[in-house]
Amino acid sequence: MWKWLHPYAKAQTAYRLCNTLLPYFAVVAVASIIIGWVWGLGFAPADYQQKDSYRIIFIHVPSAILSMGAYSSMAIAAFIALVWQLRNAELAVIAIAPVGAAMTLIALITGAAWGKPMWGAWWVWDARLTSELILLFLYLGVISLYNAFEDKGSAGRASCILALVGAINLPIIHFSVEWWNTLHQGATITKFDGGAIDASMFWPLMVNILAFAAFVGTVVLMRLKNEILLREKHRPWVKGLITNQTQLENQNVGDKNAV
Amino acid sequence: MQRQYSYRQLFISVYKKDVLLAFRQRSEIINPLLFFLIVISLFPLGIGPEPQLLARMAPGIIWVAALLSTMLGLDKIFRDDYQDGSLEQLLVSPYPTSLIVIAKVTAHWSITGLPLVLLSPMFGLLLNLDSNAMQAAIITLLIGTPLLSLIGAIGAGLTVGLQKGGILLSLLVLPLYIPVLIFATSAIDTSAMSLDYTGQLAILGAMLAIALVMAPFAVSSALKVSVS
Amino acid sequence: MQFNSFSDFISMGGYGFYVWLSFGSCALILLGIFLDSKLSHQRTLNAVSKQLEREARIKKAKQESK
Repeated sequence: MWKWLHPYAKAQTAYRLCNTLLPYFAVVAVASIIIGWVWGLGFAPADYQQKDSYRIIFIHVPSAILSMGAYSSMAIAAFIALVWQLRNAELAVIAIAPVGAAMTLIALITGAAWGKPMWGAWWVWDARLTSELILLFLYLGVISLYNAFEDKGSAGRASCILALVGAINLPIIHFSVEWWNTLHQGATITKFDGGAIDASMFWPLMVNILAFAAFVGTVVLMRLKNEILLREKHRPWVKGLITNQTQLENQNVGDKNAV
Repeated sequence: MQRQYSYRQLFISVYKKDVLLAFRQRSEIINPLLFFLIVISLFPLGIGPEPQLLARMAPGIIWVAALLSTMLGLDKIFRDDYQDGSLEQLLVSPYPTSLIVIAKVTAHWSITGLPLVLLSPMFGLLLNLDSNAMQAAIITLLIGTPLLSLIGAIGAGLTVGLQKGGILLSLLVLPLYIPVLIFATSAIDTSAMSLDYTGQLAILGAMLAIALVMAPFAVSSALKVSVS
Repeated sequence: MQFNSFSDFISMGGYGFYVWLSFGSCALILLGIFLDSKLSHQRTLNAVSKQLEREARIKKAKQESK
């Protein structure tokens, strides 16, 4: 049943798959970021309560969703890498981690910039902001553990173990923080999402979520390609790829000289 | 290969070796305790000596200090054995790695966690805890410190092969300590209001049970990565 | 269009600073991680090709010395 997946365990096939998928993801990302931002900033109606400040939702919510989505996909990749010993899954973990960290950082910054006009403070120890902050720590842990190893083979496996441990801990951390928050803060904070969201705001939000997802996909594919190349640098196909690349560049230089 | 020792004998010998070594160089036991004491005495100097304020902050102070002082000895769990090569021998031996890990973690707990639990009444007095809260503090430390050692061992196993593992270790491990911190301090807080805090203790106990089952496997695979 | 003029659009009903701060930093971070991945691809190619050249040179020198 899963046999069709087997060829992708080979680095070269996976690299080629990245190359085929990349343009689609990139086009969707660019188009939906432009549509989503213009729609969200210029055309969506203002909220009756929060006026125009609510427009931050169009980047805050997508980045928060993607920060957690990226962590779960990283954990799944880590699980696959450890159980089936697939090198490509290990490389995917390394490719996802910085992108997920960037998403978390965006969610934190936009959360703070939204909190200032709404709550009157840049930082409030709100359950969701606090969980995002801890999520950022977990991402940074995976990244710095990978960078600390000299031997990238053990580095990959060590980061996979850490990503899995973090994934098991993450729900516990999330619920404990939520529980701690209700215990200490009570109902001083007004919740944003009370009730259903109107269609005129819902659709631009969906477009933005799609945009962020496609963006994450694009950048992860790019990073995965780099990791595959670095790890496989002694293989003949990489050598072939590079000689092709240099030939192309030389040709380009030659064309320019001719002009 | 034939197994010369039963699992119980193996556990006892690994445990004994680590504890004995720690007792030979006393600083390993005494330094974390001194660190704990100093951190706790710094807080009244920093925030003021009002008894009410101190009693209010005490659960947080005790637990943050406990987290930091267990971090001190954490790097040591596997490092010495890694450097003299005996860790590698233990890993290639025909005995299950998780058993060795549990023995070493238990030894680490008896060296750093247990003295903390035994001396915590004294620290509670410094921070003006009443007897209810003191009791809760002792019980949460008793359940919580083994949990800290277990989770910390994962980080120690991952960083044992690195030259400068110390700071990285705290970056990896401290975020994972947050649930323990939250539930333990909340148990002490609740007890200070003379309410029932068995709920928090039950959650701490549940986390200890989960960690006891899962952490040894994570640590042994981490060690295999670090040693190979 | 929700706004009557461009200055209305910039001021965002008084919340301009916060809205543009978050959109600006978001754009900056997205651009940053994109450029990092893009440039690191070039860096990777260069590094690998340099290493290959070096290996070829070493091989050649060994053959010549024989």
